[in-house]
Amino acid sequence: MTDKLEKLAPWLFVVALFAIWEAACRIFSVPNIILPAPSAVWAAMVRFWWPLLTNSFVTLWTTTAGFLMAVGFGLLLGLVVGWSRTIYRGLYPVMIGFNSIPKVAVVPILVMWFGIGEIPAILTAFLISFFPIVVNVATGLATIEPELEDVLRALGASKLDVMRKVGIPRAMPYFFGSLKVAITLAFVGAVVSETIAANRGLGHLMTQAGSNFQMPLVFAGLIVLAIEGIAMYAVTAWLEQRMTGWAFRSQGSAGG
Amino acid sequence: MIDIENVSLAYAGRGGPVLAVEGLNLAVAKGEFAAVVGPSGCGKSTLMKLVTGLVRPTTGAVRVNGAAVSGPVKIAGMAFQNANMLPWRTVADNLLLPLEIVEPYRSQFRSRKAEYKARVEDLLATVGLGGFGHRFPWELSGGMQQRASLCRALIHEPSLLMLDEPFAALDAFTREELWCVLRDIWERLRFTVVLVTHDLREAAFLADRVHVMSARPGRIIETRDVSFPRPRDLDVCYDKAFTDIVRDLRDKIAEVRKA
Ligand SMILES: Nc1ncnc2c1ncn2[C@@H]1O[C@H](COP(=O)(O)OP(=O)(O)O)[C@@H](O)[C@H]1O
Ligand SMILES: [Mg+2]
Repeated sequence: MTDKLEKLAPWLFVVALFAIWEAACRIFSVPNIILPAPSAVWAAMVRFWWPLLTNSFVTLWTTTAGFLMAVGFGLLLGLVVGWSRTIYRGLYPVMIGFNSIPKVAVVPILVMWFGIGEIPAILTAFLISFFPIVVNVATGLATIEPELEDVLRALGASKLDVMRKVGIPRAMPYFFGSLKVAITLAFVGAVVSETIAANRGLGHLMTQAGSNFQMPLVFAGLIVLAIEGIAMYAVTAWLEQRMTGWAFRSQGSAGG
Repeated sequence: MIDIENVSLAYAGRGGPVLAVEGLNLAVAKGEFAAVVGPSGCGKSTLMKLVTGLVRPTTGAVRVNGAAVSGPVKIAGMAFQNANMLPWRTVADNLLLPLEIVEPYRSQFRSRKAEYKARVEDLLATVGLGGFGHRFPWELSGGMQQRASLCRALIHEPSLLMLDEPFAALDAFTREELWCVLRDIWERLRFTVVLVTHDLREAAFLADRVHVMSARPGRIIETRDVSFPRPRDLDVCYDKAFTDIVRDLRDKIAEVRKA
């Protein structure tokens, strides 16, 4: 009974939220231009389903492309950074500095270089999301138990052996864990860039709708964004579970 | 087998160099079971690293098998207080790890894998872990993990076994069980052992010679021969001669701790 309730709880909250939203809009007769009621948003979704769908595919594609670039580059850089303490110490401050630049500020530069369109969105998604991957992979490598490394080195293992046999498998849970964060960030990056400078994508659609005072459509876009974001998060979370189940199972059961 | 001659080693500490060992002299013969005891932080783990070539001495010379140690020795099996099993590998695959690294096993690993697997099962059986090869390390108790760790240190039949407080984290009963496991394997294979321990009874029960180290900077200040006949039974621990040795060792350590 309580189990069932727990499973249902998130859905109940969502339904309740929409119900309160709808009720509030009606009771206080909030104008559509300020806050459209869910019914109006739904109507907009039904009416504009085709532009919503096509533009969400554009956003999906820019996010995914940026994310995949971040995965490749982040994995590579993470391995390099985690490889040696010296590189770790040298590169880390540089990366922190780079990461503290708000990436929104880079979008105009990307637009200057590549023009308005999908490339700035992809690159923003990439720039904003590779950092957590690098940090996680490097951390996984850098935190190999020193005694385990001693065991292997006393057997004559090279640095490459240690990385292949221990470092990389050990960094995998960190890597897959970082994907959840990275995909969320990539999504933010892509949408922000589309909002500023694009001619397609959900961000662009919402900006357009906003400047035409079509608030229900703006909110419809928002909801599609939420659904898309949740779906991408779920895929990476599932991937994490699938690929590194041992890390979850071994937690808490490691006797001394 | 091991010859440490007037060795000192300084680590680069935060506030200048830390002299971990100084004037260290130690000789261990081939096939000998040596134990090293001493107060915490006196440089016992450092001694292990010096012998296995994981650190180079600042001054002095370390020789293993007659050759000066200039890098990792490649013949040593090691085990520590923490079993350090790889959680993504089964127990059997953990034991195969040294064979994936050490020559000549390494280059024959693919073609002779079945044979190696059988060897792993045999070794597991001798420490009472028969049939546990397909389990994951985290499914095993602490004592069982430590048995597996011991097997991993021995699977490539090293001529030198280095044990750094391997039983320190275990309860008293499990610890004594593992003493006997180690004793039996050593009786059979007679490799050279250096065992670092806090437990004086452990040292006296297992070793041929017990070396006592001073407080940091560590050096050997006393060496006791333990000449009870082998194979030893746990009952030997209650002999007057045995408890006398343990008391002497304890007094010695109390002395160096005060100094
Ligand atoms: N990597 C290191 N850097 C600096 N100091 C170290 C390092 N490793 C050990 N030491 C110091 O050297 C001394 C001996 O350490 P260790 O050999 O681990 O002692 P033991 O194993 O006997 O407890 C300790 O005082 C310790 O603080
Ligand atoms: Mg130690």
